[in-house]
Amino acid sequence: MSQFIHQAISYSLMGIGAFFYFLAGLGLVRMPDLYTRLQASTKATTLGTFSLVLGVGILNPAFLGKSLLVILFVALTNPVASSVMIRAAYKCKLPTCKETYVDEISVNENGGETV
Amino acid sequence: MNFSVFLVSFFTWLILTWSLDPQEIAIGLLVSFVVSVVFTRYYKIAFDAKFPVRFLKFVFIYIPIFVWEMFKANLDVGSRVIMPSMGLRPGFVKIKTELKSEVGKMILANSITLTPGTITLDIDGQQLYVHWIEVSGTDESSKKAIYGKFERVLKGVFE
Repeated sequence: MSQFIHQAISYSLMGIGAFFYFLAGLGLVRMPDLYTRLQASTKATTLGTFSLVLGVGILNPAFLGKSLLVILFVALTNPVASSVMIRAAYKCKLPTCKETYVDEISVNENGGETV
Repeated sequence: MNFSVFLVSFFTWLILTWSLDPQEIAIGLLVSFVVSVVFTRYYKIAFDAKFPVRFLKFVFIYIPIFVWEMFKANLDVGSRVIMPSMGLRPGFVKIKTELKSEVGKMILANSITLTPGTITLDIDGQQLYVHWIEVSGTDESSKKAIYGKFERVLKGVFE
């Protein structure tokens, strides 16, 4: 019985991960501009990766330490990558979608550009 | 040689090899020593006496709050992807943090980026530039929704 619960937890974690990967892919198609696409894709994969890797670690306890290390590395490197991508897009003055509500960066108090 | 870098790389080595064989440990010590000598110039991390307390606070207070916030935000962005009728109101906002330590600001920026719906573009002193997928308002109180909780906890941990 405990074996069953153990497997059920790890497989459902992997299932949640796969579902969030699916959402990330769907978001790439549905979102209107690059900024929101980055939000949908790089973001849904964080929970996707975390729960997928954690599920593998729980299924096979020999991998648990390594999978926690993988989660740590993803948590450290993923934000840097998406931050650099979105900043590069902003500096290239990539057009934003028409829904864009506010842009506080382009104009600072003195009226000059900050970024 | 940077002793903190040495500790971090040796600990990583121990987890990755996952064995206490004397040969593995000897090679690990050697490699971490070389790494810490070569990269001394690039890493400014240094552990002080308060580090264990900070680490425990970070793991047991900050991580649960962060995981819960990330889970909620993931569901929010996920439902926006599934139902486009919920609409979007993306925008770039400027937020001002009260954190002063470099590590604290780094973890705040990383947490904002890891939380779906917000990405940090840039840090300029104590100002963070953030792309936000659902701008609920440009006044301070509605901006606090992005980072208020993180900032409060990080202040307790790092300052």
